[in-house]
Amino acid sequence: MSAAAVSEQSHVALNGVVRHYDGPPAVHALGPIDLEIGRGEFFSVVGPSGCGKSTLLDVLCGLARPTSGSVRFEGKELHGEVPDGIGVVFQEDSSMPWLSVRQNVAFGLRTSSLPEREVAERVDHAVSFMGLAQFAGHYPAQLSGGMRQRVCIARTLVLRPRLILLDEPFGALDQQTRLLMGDELLRLWRETGATVLLITHALDEAAMLSDRVGVMSARPGRFIDMVETGWPRDRDSRIVSDPKFGTLTARLWSSLREESLKTMGRAA
Amino acid sequence: MTRRRAVLLVRIAVLAGLVASLEICCRTGIIDPLTIIPPSDMVASMIDRVGSGELDESIVNTFSTIVLAFVLAVGCGTLAGALVHRSSRLRDVADPLLASYYSVPTFIFYPLLVALLGLGKAPLVVLGVLSAAPAVMISTLSGLDSVSPVLLKLARVHRLSPVRTLWWIVLPAALPRLFSGFKLALSYALIGVIAGEFILSGTGLGYAISFAYQSFDNRAMYGLMLFVLLVAVIANGILYVWEGRLARRRSAG
Repeated sequence: MSAAAVSEQSHVALNGVVRHYDGPPAVHALGPIDLEIGRGEFFSVVGPSGCGKSTLLDVLCGLARPTSGSVRFEGKELHGEVPDGIGVVFQEDSSMPWLSVRQNVAFGLRTSSLPEREVAERVDHAVSFMGLAQFAGHYPAQLSGGMRQRVCIARTLVLRPRLILLDEPFGALDQQTRLLMGDELLRLWRETGATVLLITHALDEAAMLSDRVGVMSARPGRFIDMVETGWPRDRDSRIVSDPKFGTLTARLWSSLREESLKTMGRAA
Repeated sequence: MTRRRAVLLVRIAVLAGLVASLEICCRTGIIDPLTIIPPSDMVASMIDRVGSGELDESIVNTFSTIVLAFVLAVGCGTLAGALVHRSSRLRDVADPLLASYYSVPTFIFYPLLVALLGLGKAPLVVLGVLSAAPAVMISTLSGLDSVSPVLLKLARVHRLSPVRTLWWIVLPAALPRLFSGFKLALSYALIGVIAGEFILSGTGLGYAISFAYQSFDNRAMYGLMLFVLLVAVIANGILYVWEGRLARRRSAG
């Protein structure tokens, strides 16, 4: 299939993407990777530590150029710049401590040419959507880790991205908060219709949230398994009690176990 | 009563107690008035001297020199810090020099500065800058080091230009540490300029204090010393309150 044909069908397409880091020591971090993510799909990536998941995200959003191969978003090839329409939520807390919650969320639109009223409406909507309305005047230091991450998601949301990339956004949160944040994320995904790519190390999170999960190998990261979950679009964290959830998590772990052992320097 | 208020009250009480003790000791002759005059006399002398207008020129001279030295130190120190931060090689060279800089008594260069620049404002400004700029440079390096890499990544995701990245992300993120440097710079500029005037200059408040000392005019000397002290404390107090407001926003639990 030609690259042009692929781009017409998929929202994001990676063709033969390889990423090397110049040394010393030189590292072959990623690939080759071929991947297509459909419009409106919730796709998750799991893999052992250091397999290149975050490198994949950087390449996908244009923060890093692939050493070879190409990345296309909505049919256009990326050239080392984040295109309009992509929002990114990082693993680390990226809220700005000198800005209030409302100002943090509005930061996403500082460079936009939208009229002031629309900016205010979008910010209000994102702040309420993420349940932050009563904390709009607070500063990040006054919020919990989960709420700060919600601020970062709201800041991405105001941009109305068509593709949302999340790099282990709930990694630092406790299990209960993670499950609830997962529900928030599913609600966001359903209501915005955006395509979501979630990088995570939590197999249960990937099994619960995704339409499809890509399992990556140890470095250099490549996809060694693709798991379709078959969940309905209208779902939430209560599916963890579904027997299929256990089967899916077990399938992901059986694909990943050998690769995780490799990263620990042990044979399977 | 909040803890902060209680601490403030105790602090004021301790200071008031010390001043009152000094007053009593001077008034009762425990301390010879030829050595130290009573604090109430210091205040009266300060009001007389400053109110008479005879010091107007010295006050303007000294404080304009301090402000000029401070502004130049902040500008040069920030710029030099930013330049060194960009190059790891320059950083390797500069770090140990900056770490040991304050072990060098910069005042010893004052005669050299006078020889090079003549008597006047210039050597005093240079002395103030030499005292204050390295503190700004050190705090700039530390402030830029403290900018989280994820915020710089965020700038790229939002496609911010280098200037906007600097104004909207780097400077606000580094501000608390930059501010510490500015506070130090103000103190160092003040010390540098007044000490410079004290040693060799023929104008300014430092010279006026030195002149009063050499003329055995204790009353004038202590009045002027109190005036310089009050101005230094007020200027630092303003920066301290401003810094506290910034810090409270960022660390309120």
